[in-house]
Amino acid sequence: MAATVGSSIAVQRAQPAVGCSAGRAAIAPAAPLRRPAAAVRAAQRSLVVSAAQKREMMMWEALREGLDEEMERDPTVCLMGEDVGHYGGSYKVSNGLYKKYGEMRLLDTPICENGFMGMGVGAAMTGLRPIVEGMNMGFLLLAFNQISNNCGMLHYTSGGQFKVPMVIRGPGGVGRQLGAEHSQRLESYFQSIPGVQLVACSTVANAKALLKSAIRSDNPIIFFEHVLLYNVKGEVHPGDYCQCLERAEVVREGTDVSIFCYSRMRYVVMQAVAELEKQGYNPEVVDLISLKPFDMETISKSIKKTRKAIIVEECMKTGGIGASLSAVIHESLFNELDHEVLRLSSQDVPTSYAYELEAATIVQPEKVVQAVHKVCGARGLVSA
Amino acid sequence: MLARCAAALRGRTAGSLPAAARGLAASAGAAGGEQPPAAAPTSQPSSSQEDRMDFPGGSVPFTAGMDWHGGAFAPRAPLPCYRTIDAAGREVPDAAIPHPLPRETAVRMYETMVRLQTVDVLFYEAQRQGRFSFYMTSSGEEATAIGSAAALHPDDVVFSQYREQGVIMYRGFSIQNMAHQCFGNMHEQGKGRQMPIHYGSRELNFHTISSPLATQLPHAVGAAYAMKLEQRGTVAAAYFGEGAASEGDFHAALNFAATLGAPVIFVCRNNGWAISTPASDQYRGDGIAGRGPAYGIATLRVDGGDTRAVYNATAEARRIALEQQAPVLLEAMSYRSGHHSTSDDSSRYRAAEEMRAWRARDPVSRFQRWLVDQGWWDDAADTAARQAARREVIQALEAAQRAPKPPLSTMFEDVYARMPPHLEAQRAEVLAHVAAHPDACPADIPVK
Repeated sequence: MAATVGSSIAVQRAQPAVGCSAGRAAIAPAAPLRRPAAAVRAAQRSLVVSAAQKREMMMWEALREGLDEEMERDPTVCLMGEDVGHYGGSYKVSNGLYKKYGEMRLLDTPICENGFMGMGVGAAMTGLRPIVEGMNMGFLLLAFNQISNNCGMLHYTSGGQFKVPMVIRGPGGVGRQLGAEHSQRLESYFQSIPGVQLVACSTVANAKALLKSAIRSDNPIIFFEHVLLYNVKGEVHPGDYCQCLERAEVVREGTDVSIFCYSRMRYVVMQAVAELEKQGYNPEVVDLISLKPFDMETISKSIKKTRKAIIVEECMKTGGIGASLSAVIHESLFNELDHEVLRLSSQDVPTSYAYELEAATIVQPEKVVQAVHKVCGARGLVSA
Repeated sequence: MLARCAAALRGRTAGSLPAAARGLAASAGAAGGEQPPAAAPTSQPSSSQEDRMDFPGGSVPFTAGMDWHGGAFAPRAPLPCYRTIDAAGREVPDAAIPHPLPRETAVRMYETMVRLQTVDVLFYEAQRQGRFSFYMTSSGEEATAIGSAAALHPDDVVFSQYREQGVIMYRGFSIQNMAHQCFGNMHEQGKGRQMPIHYGSRELNFHTISSPLATQLPHAVGAAYAMKLEQRGTVAAAYFGEGAASEGDFHAALNFAATLGAPVIFVCRNNGWAISTPASDQYRGDGIAGRGPAYGIATLRVDGGDTRAVYNATAEARRIALEQQAPVLLEAMSYRSGHHSTSDDSSRYRAAEEMRAWRARDPVSRFQRWLVDQGWWDDAADTAARQAARREVIQALEAAQRAPKPPLSTMFEDVYARMPPHLEAQRAEVLAHVAAHPDACPADIPVK
């Protein structure tokens, strides 16, 4: 079974797990990843079973399914935001759910992001598990005060008396000609807020599994979806599968170079990888998943193997996720690197409306190919 | 779409149309008149197309006149202020008192006021002496805090701004706990992480105070939403000043509470000043009470210095909020007798005469005189109460000052539910640094 973009055989597990199995005294570490050969054998063995369970759907449906399952399981889970109730959400993530759970648990709010974010904080502190949907991540800039000063801080400043088990989610990233104000990458701005966790989903499988974990987590989670990924097709994990929020995904094992990416850039990178494979390169691709905290275990294991790192992000060059990841890699893995970390980011300009200009401001597969040539040398020299 | 219309119409109270809608209706009337008269009107007999404009928000009558409302040349009379005890502490004749104050409650309220005043004076002095960094008094607003607190139930959840220490005191937060919090020592609930006066107690249903103004208002709506969802039969009470009511979160919270039907009591302490900004520079409308009806919210303006009026207003507000599952707005008119905080000197911007006039109507004195008139209090009791309070406060301050601070190692806890690796690493680094350089850590902070 080919490792198609969007599937991650290596992380398929049979047992339903909340977060990660025990191991380190971290937030929640994952079980060790299986090697591709073993994973393929296991996949073949379970083909008969999984064929019956095979359910292909679009990402918005997967998110909806995860939301539905969690709302059914736990009556304190609720969703609030603009047009999430009767309308079913601007991206259909809550499509039809109000018929099942009522208008109170799928709450349509007036237009005030700071207002309903604050409402979510208050509800979370009073025993609910609210999910607050921003119609576009960029609109949540209006909610920054509540997210930073309250959501992230109140568990700490109350001395642990009040917890804020919220999920803040919505589509971000560069879409198709949506203009600068609808193309924001808020992970840049949120990453230094103490007390919040940042998670970016990228596939149908991890979207549902991560959302389920996020809802069950006691931490406030900012859950980044991408506006262009809602119609991506793929399979969800069977059963009540919850994915670890703090674990990166190894999309493709390799030896030449470690390419770190997240969200839609995973697809851009894998497009470049198709070309690089033809040229004889063997890159390792790691989808960060956890933007805060970084999964340093997976990241350092990869870099120790390849000794070269490229970060591919949609954030701007200045102050993006890549900027902070690059700093952490240089500080902690300096002697494991044969080359400085290359960082491919968006230009420091507001995103243009015009198609060609918009495309020029974000990272395209050719840039990834060039970056691999730069760190690995010409013709794909494989490191010994 | 139909369901949304129905929901919107359900939420409307008849006849409560804002002035702007009339202007809208007037201009739309012209468009309506241009339509061909072919089809027979399909709406109900009471709202024919000629008389009313039906739109997704409801239905408004047309008018051929141009009737302006509000603003400088069409001012509205201010909402009157409910009062039951006058400035001298005497009964106002024929006052509406749906919730008479029982003696036990009244005495408990007054005793809390005595303790509150003592705390305010002595904690303020302690800050001036450099014993802790910051304090805010609530002088002149004791009746607003304690009058309202007494009308709430212990299961109601309180969201405070910062000048409502009377509320948490009435609920049972000890003076010792207040002292611990101001000194940020190891005994306080917040583990030394917040500024002084940012009290919080899960046990007493008083949410930890967060400094940014008005952010607690949407929180209160969220809490009320949780109560409504789970049908708990309780209310959320949110306190704020007239200055904080200029923040966006105030408008968001009121609008949300109204559309949702959230059982929140919004209590505005209009104390006339926001640091150096007088209320006359803070708004142009009829105070904060004037805004309530515009949001579709039942509103009452009350004399914030009249303890019994505040008590009655809050008790009634609670009844309305629970029965109607709707928000209520109270505007308690009072005066900030003290400075904004220990970082402020209000004599720089206030007239001494104004402050003197308000001190003469001090709410605690008014309530005391009323209690004495009831035969429920006397001078001897007052002296004894004040002496006991003074002793308690002084002991509390001394004990709090002596207690150690939280250990350095706890600084990284409670950022998340469980400590992540990067915080573990940072903590290890800090502790290693202190181990190598013991002078780096102040003597009164244990390391552990």
